[in-house]
Amino acid sequence: MIIKRTTTAVVIGLGLVTLSACGSSDSGGAGDSKTVTLVSHDSWAVSKSVLADFEKRSGYKVRVLKDGDAGQAVNKAILTKDNPQGDVFFGVDNTLLSRALDNGLFQSYEAKGSDQIVQQYRIDQDRHRVTPIDSGDICVNYDKAYFSKHKLAPPASFDDLIKPAYKNLLVTENAGTSSPGLGFLLGTAAKYGDGGTSRSSEAESGGGWQDYWKKLKANGVKVVDGWEQAYNDEFSGSAGGKKAKADRPLVVSYASSPPAEVIYADPKPTTAPTGVASGTCFRQVEYAGLLSNAKNTKGGKALLDFLISGEFQDDMPLNMFVYPVRESAQVPEEFVKFGPQAKNPETLAPAKIADNRDQWVKSWTSLVLK
Amino acid sequence: MALPVAFFAVFFAYPVAAIVARGLKTDGVWRFGRIGEVLAQSDIRHVLWFTTWQALASTALTLLIALPGAYVFARFDFRGKQVLRAVVTVPFVLPTVVVGTAFLALVGRGGLLDQLWGVRLDTTVWAILLAHVFFNYAVVVRTVGGLWSQLDPRQEEAARMLGASRFAAWRKVTLPALSPAVAAAALMVFLFTFTSFGVVQILGGPTFSTLEVEIYRQTSEIFDLATAAVLTIVQFVAVGAILAVHAWTVRRRETALRLVAPETTARRPRGAGQWALLGGVLASILVLLVLPLGVLVQRSLDAPGGYGFAYYKALTSADSGIFLVAPIAAIGNSLEYALAATAIAVVIGALAAAALTLPESRLRSTGGTSMTGRLVRGFDALLMLPLGVSAVTVGFGFLIALDEPPLDLRSSWILVPLAQALVGVPFVVRTMLPVLRAVDGRLREAAAVLGASPWRVWREVDLPMVRRALLIAAGFAFAVSLGEFGATVFIARPDNPTLPVAVARLLGRAGDLNYGQAMALSTILMVVCAVALLLLERIRTDRTGEF
Repeated sequence: MIIKRTTTAVVIGLGLVTLSACGSSDSGGAGDSKTVTLVSHDSWAVSKSVLADFEKRSGYKVRVLKDGDAGQAVNKAILTKDNPQGDVFFGVDNTLLSRALDNGLFQSYEAKGSDQIVQQYRIDQDRHRVTPIDSGDICVNYDKAYFSKHKLAPPASFDDLIKPAYKNLLVTENAGTSSPGLGFLLGTAAKYGDGGTSRSSEAESGGGWQDYWKKLKANGVKVVDGWEQAYNDEFSGSAGGKKAKADRPLVVSYASSPPAEVIYADPKPTTAPTGVASGTCFRQVEYAGLLSNAKNTKGGKALLDFLISGEFQDDMPLNMFVYPVRESAQVPEEFVKFGPQAKNPETLAPAKIADNRDQWVKSWTSLVLK
Repeated sequence: MALPVAFFAVFFAYPVAAIVARGLKTDGVWRFGRIGEVLAQSDIRHVLWFTTWQALASTALTLLIALPGAYVFARFDFRGKQVLRAVVTVPFVLPTVVVGTAFLALVGRGGLLDQLWGVRLDTTVWAILLAHVFFNYAVVVRTVGGLWSQLDPRQEEAARMLGASRFAAWRKVTLPALSPAVAAAALMVFLFTFTSFGVVQILGGPTFSTLEVEIYRQTSEIFDLATAAVLTIVQFVAVGAILAVHAWTVRRRETALRLVAPETTARRPRGAGQWALLGGVLASILVLLVLPLGVLVQRSLDAPGGYGFAYYKALTSADSGIFLVAPIAAIGNSLEYALAATAIAVVIGALAAAALTLPESRLRSTGGTSMTGRLVRGFDALLMLPLGVSAVTVGFGFLIALDEPPLDLRSSWILVPLAQALVGVPFVVRTMLPVLRAVDGRLREAAAVLGASPWRVWREVDLPMVRRALLIAAGFAFAVSLGEFGATVFIARPDNPTLPVAVARLLGRAGDLNYGQAMALSTILMVVCAVALLLLERIRTDRTGEF
């Protein structure tokens, strides 16, 4: 009896292994010209019906590979560029764009409908290696309840954040490891300029963002490693923060975080519990492109066209919490009401970011973390 | 022997070597000079130093807190012991993404320590050390407690009859018998804390960094593959050394000890002192282990409309937008992956364990060379190496190594269970080895003499004896794969997230419902792990290795 039962177990075990072995062959399909593969980061999302629509219209089956967070996904795509995992890559933003372009990640293709995209986002106009898909703002969010309870006006600008009234209130992320953390640093660099590297002799009095961050540090900014810890564990305005009795009413997050607090609440409040300090924003733009050595270039091109089509652009905001780049696209009501895009965000040219990013992060690390 | 070796060569050694080579080779030329350059950097040296001392401190602290626990579990009989033993093991198999948040509730702001004494330990090194105790408590209780419960208490009693003081009897009789187990446990804890990733990243904030965290940052964020390769080599050498020492202590532990059935050594605690010890241990388990887990449950039920199952209900709806499917489907995905990983791990692990015992029984009968023995021991240690190599290294390695037919597995779902099996195999081997070694070779020979074929010998002699160990090994591999996060998250996959991945993704987005659902999913993951472990407690054998 005992032996019989074990035999069954062994048979089941072997069966599973065989199954697994078979499974590897049928899930491939990358070389199939009817399948187009999109490689993206973990935040990729689209409504089922919208994607099904595209599949029906184009005749392609879309396979999506989520490849870690934004930085990882880009790095992996570069590592595998000679034999890519897919045809289209979506999700490289302006802070990492030159890493992707310099490594020859993309091939040229001007997507149909590119002329409908807001002018300021169009770059690489002579070669069309990337197509802008969405934009977002990295901004300081504030906890409305805290500021009304303390009868204090929430900060509105970078300059406000170093005022004594806001001492020990801000939590931000590590610029070396977190994309909002890096965006916030770049925002200050765009605003105050570069005060020189720490090696040069003027550095002490050089001003620039280095000087600003010294003041921010003196004003008690707290730095944690990632957005999840900052927003869910440290920020008093978020759902998680309330449960964790968090005590920082200011956090570096996104302009679309307040709408998310409304949309993902049950029952939905009439007003967002958090707001955005509009003078602290850095504009992030995400691009997509046809991968060099893509196996299904035709399908990839169709997919890129789809990503800037009206249908996808209208659907995108509530799925990925970003703003569309197509001029005629509809922005959802919650976004307009609770998290409008900043009027005058800080911006930096991708080339400038590429030239300075590593050096800035390095000096930021020794300035703020050590 | 061939299958496990091939498995590790293809799915571990080759990918890791590929990614290291990519980092150290430019234009086809090896640049070993990079090693010196990287190691000369002061921040890298700082990381090395911190990694080492925090691992030492964590190990000392874990032993300090867990050894009384090991004694209590070994010698005392009390109600709920089985459940408690399963509960203390839950943290060991839970993903750190989940636990980091919960642990903050103990040591962070508004946490227990804060409320009682106004002490906050978050972003101090104490948070890291305590979290390491939390994770590794079970390692000590199981390794040391397992042996302790089988030591014959009459030996110590005899020493006392002969006039030794209680302490002297313990020091001269129990301690020497126990010390190899303590050393083995300490080394395992040291290994796990030396390669600690999630705990340090979440609780340590940006100021503390271990080698493993630094490898992750260099590979995944900064994209400096050369530095990452050097650090991988350093960690590899260090882990190899730890494992070599570990293998040596394990050998010593297997020297003949007179063991008795654990049921006969445990008894009800007697006297105020023993009750106080039991109470103290239970209190420390309650505060250090149960409380953080309890916080998860509490937050998962704390919905806006009052306590209830609102977040659990939300898990079943697919319209949140983060996933194409309802988050609850992640449970199904996780179970499928874990089953496949368990099957692979059990087949590979059992074959390896069988191969490791075979030459030994032959050695004994033929008086063979010590060379074979050393080789076998080397392979034994080798099987543990995946536990000491960064998941990001393996994940990125898979990407560039397994990209050509017939091994183009990069985006195939099988890669996830394969990566999980890499972590599961060491547990299977360590569970099976002691049991297989205990099978008397003469039984097999007798069967063979009586005319049984090798297959029949295995089926009628070995299998009945190792059946329970096999089940336990499978259970452990299952629980470990279920909670496995590192390798899973570094592998590209179509949208079928596992439980830990789904939790991480929900935590990555603002909004009450997302946070609540993350807590609810974490609770489900915890319950599934606990149930699996509890079932294992029911089929524990008397010699089930270390875990």
